Amino acid sequence: MAGIVGTLAAALIAFAVLAVLGYLLPNWLILVTTLAFAKGLVALGIVALMRGGLVSFGQGTFYCTGAYAAGLAMHSLGVADAAVLVALGAVAALILGLLIAPLLAGYRGIFFATLTLALSMIVYGILNKTYSLGGSDGFNLHAPTFFGYHPSTPHDVSYALFLFTSFVTATAAALCRIHFASVRGLLSLAARDNEIRLEYLGASVRWVSGTNFAIAAFLAGIGGALSALSLGHIDPDFAFWTTSGEFVFLAILSGYVSVTAVFVAAILLELVRSFSSQYFPNTWQGALGIFLLLIILFLPEGLGSLMRRPWPGNWPRSGPRSAKAVQMPTESVE
Amino acid sequence: MKLAAAILIDGVIDASWLFIVAVGLTLVFGVLNILNFAHGSLFAVGAYAAASAVGWYYGGDIGPPFVGYLLMLGAALAVALALGPLLERGVLRFFYRRDEVVLVLVTYALFLILEDATKLIWGAESYYASEPYGLLGNVSFFGLSYVGYDFALVGLALLAGLLLWFGLNRTITGKVVSAVIHDRDISRAMGVNVTRVFAFAFTLGVFLAALGGAFTAPKISVQPGIGITVILLSFAVVVIGGLGSVEGAAIAALFVGFARAAAIHLVPWAELFIVYLVMALVLAFRPEGLFQRVSARKI
Repeated sequence: MAGIVGTLAAALIAFAVLAVLGYLLPNWLILVTTLAFAKGLVALGIVALMRGGLVSFGQGTFYCTGAYAAGLAMHSLGVADAAVLVALGAVAALILGLLIAPLLAGYRGIFFATLTLALSMIVYGILNKTYSLGGSDGFNLHAPTFFGYHPSTPHDVSYALFLFTSFVTATAAALCRIHFASVRGLLSLAARDNEIRLEYLGASVRWVSGTNFAIAAFLAGIGGALSALSLGHIDPDFAFWTTSGEFVFLAILSGYVSVTAVFVAAILLELVRSFSSQYFPNTWQGALGIFLLLIILFLPEGLGSLMRRPWPGNWPRSGPRSAKAVQMPTESVE
Repeated sequence: MKLAAAILIDGVIDASWLFIVAVGLTLVFGVLNILNFAHGSLFAVGAYAAASAVGWYYGGDIGPPFVGYLLMLGAALAVALALGPLLERGVLRFFYRRDEVVLVLVTYALFLILEDATKLIWGAESYYASEPYGLLGNVSFFGLSYVGYDFALVGLALLAGLLLWFGLNRTITGKVVSAVIHDRDISRAMGVNVTRVFAFAFTLGVFLAALGGAFTAPKISVQPGIGITVILLSFAVVVIGGLGSVEGAAIAALFVGFARAAAIHLVPWAELFIVYLVMALVLAFRPEGLFQRVSARKI
């Protein structure tokens, strides 16, 4: 219980600090951070999957669904409020996720990765040819309102969106952290370690993977809607494989040990990208590649493994893969 | 009738170069358990190397025109001998025994590095090496005119497939490679030099990628970005065919070739994603591809 209260308090403090920082920081940095948080949410979804031993190379599908749902709601239904738009985007992605989940439930490892990649490329191909949605050009969004507040200057808009994104991010991060440390959340780690053992213990691997997939889709939908609002533009590249690859990159960079690390990694990556694409436009991809190799080689569990205590509660210091994570009560699971 | 013939012939031509590239990818997966994302870049490097060699050769009027084909083959071989051991010994071996998905990311990183490296070496402009394309004249089928070179490419794909099949099934080296594919630990215990097999198989895979690139170069404009298209297509081919299966790669290359040709002729708007649709459909019914390898489950 203390863990839950502590996590929520930490999220609240983080949000307060971000709110103050956002007021002081220059506009470009606010924009970069907003986008980083939006992408971090998608990566957080992949982390949820990774804890269960699955990696999706097609989160662009849900990222894109969230973005297009928000965009369509703004243009066709006349919805202007950011909270409603993001909620619609998240729900749309969740529904799609729940529809796809049964199809994907039996796949593991590389087959899961390539099948999700294929699905995202189908979405990409269809959107490219759907001219009513702007085809390959996509379409623009105008600035949203925030619970009735109409920001007037561009700076006010970006600060309001930053505040809103920070709030959503802090909430989602706290909830994920609480879920990850709960019995149901810990079952994912057990599934990652040994699926057969978990089934013998009486839990359903299918159910665990399905839940993680739904969480990942929901988070990607939020991230997509927030990105769309922050960029003011949507196009099929939201579903392109490089976009999905970036999310996997982020998830690997942060590792699945810590939730906070995901967002730290997201901000780092966005900063590195905006600086290096400005100063080394021709070699920054290669630099990113070398960076990724070094991370995988020297920090196999990601940046998160540098942080001291993985989750709230009293886990052993050796990390979540120890045997204790598997010895858990199973009676609360059907 | 004419349309059906066009789809059939276009499909086979498309399948030929796809097979050469995809069979390299599937071989590397079979032996090293690595789904090599950088395979597309190696295709691109092969194409650039061949385009440079061909441009130099025909630009200077150096010798008989048909030697150009040998140069393309030489370019592919040079790329394989330079990059194969470098990537396998220099990078990949540090990541063996990691998770399959992590290995995909390692090769994704290599892909990013190689893409920028090719841009640094060859720049961002397009290269054309069309001279060898016209050398073999034109062929007519069902009143449709085709470039002879395209059929030579089909021949090359058949030859590559047959040689690979023969090499794997009828030679001692091939038996050793098959043993490593089946179980690397037992092979090592039996005295097989697994390290050498890895380096050899990876280099052969690089050669096949570069060969596909080198012999496709005369048909296309060689420019940045070709590697991405190729890797996504050959991913689909090997996944449809079953990872690690040579026969599967051949059948799946034809599958994908026909699907693409049919889409281009019948439903042009579906061309972008038809391959992935076929892949999703195949995986939905045969989760490990058409020709899945039977493997004992290790607990």
